[in-house]
Amino acid sequence: MHSHDDDDHSHLTDIEARVRALESLLSEKGYIDSASVDKIVQTYETNIGPQNGAHVVAKAWTNPEFNTWLKNDATAAIHSLGYTSRQGEHMVAVFNSADTHHLVVCTLCSCYPWSVLGLPPTWYKSPPFRSRAVIEPRAVLADFGVEISESITIEVHDSTAEIRYLVIPERPENTNNLGETELAKLVTRDSMIGTAVLDKLSATS
Amino acid sequence: MKEVDLTHLPDMVLVDNEPVFNEPWEAQAFAMVIDLHQKGAFTWAEWASALSTEIQGSELRSYYQHWLCALESLVTVKQLTSTTALEARKTQWHEAAARTPHGEAIELQSD
Repeated sequence: MHSHDDDDHSHLTDIEARVRALESLLSEKGYIDSASVDKIVQTYETNIGPQNGAHVVAKAWTNPEFNTWLKNDATAAIHSLGYTSRQGEHMVAVFNSADTHHLVVCTLCSCYPWSVLGLPPTWYKSPPFRSRAVIEPRAVLADFGVEISESITIEVHDSTAEIRYLVIPERPENTNNLGETELAKLVTRDSMIGTAVLDKLSATS
Repeated sequence: MKEVDLTHLPDMVLVDNEPVFNEPWEAQAFAMVIDLHQKGAFTWAEWASALSTEIQGSELRSYYQHWLCALESLVTVKQLTSTTALEARKTQWHEAAARTPHGEAIELQSD
């Protein structure tokens, strides 16, 4: 006879068993299918990420026509690059400038522009960020190591299930000789949420 | 907007380059919601509302735990399945794990 703490059989945590219960029941009834669930996981783990948003930003910096399109109809402009949201929400691009800095939050839950940034980082989903970003954005940005001068207005955008925001950061100085592909490599995820600004290049290589 | 008492909340953790999902179940729970929505089981607004309700509740849980609770709640509200069926199936999975040698795939009995 063996005791209960023998490790010769498998264990599922309660949460794992709940997830398996959902998956098996829903797929038996045809509400989901395992192949597409696996494909979604794979897509979000590998193909969808901030590189998509960086592409949008770099194109906006280098192509005035695209820039205008993005300002007027971000959903269509972003879709034209092949990044489509399956959740059907509208995209709005907000452009940082010398006098305005944009910051994106979702105070209700964690709405986030998945199609261009992938899944949100942990801090974006955390209660302190969600509540403080609206109340004291300057202090929140300071926590991220970003000092925004008092002369610059900070606009906070609260995402919803229907509208998601993408921040277009200012193009760093000393990048006039770079093309779209090189520029895209400079654009960080946080700069497109508004919790970072892009440093000017000290030496372009 | 609901007031949030910051003294009862953990500090923000500013981590970069973290994995998208910390555990496989998080990925499965995430993808099931996307698949159900794409197949028309609910609208995205209904999902956002279910998730907000969980997050705005008083329980301190991780983000994907909220996500899973919202999913269980929405599929029962939409009558895709029932709480009873979910509970019974969960028990079957625990039983299946208990009879599966360590390292082998856990399967429900097919009979």
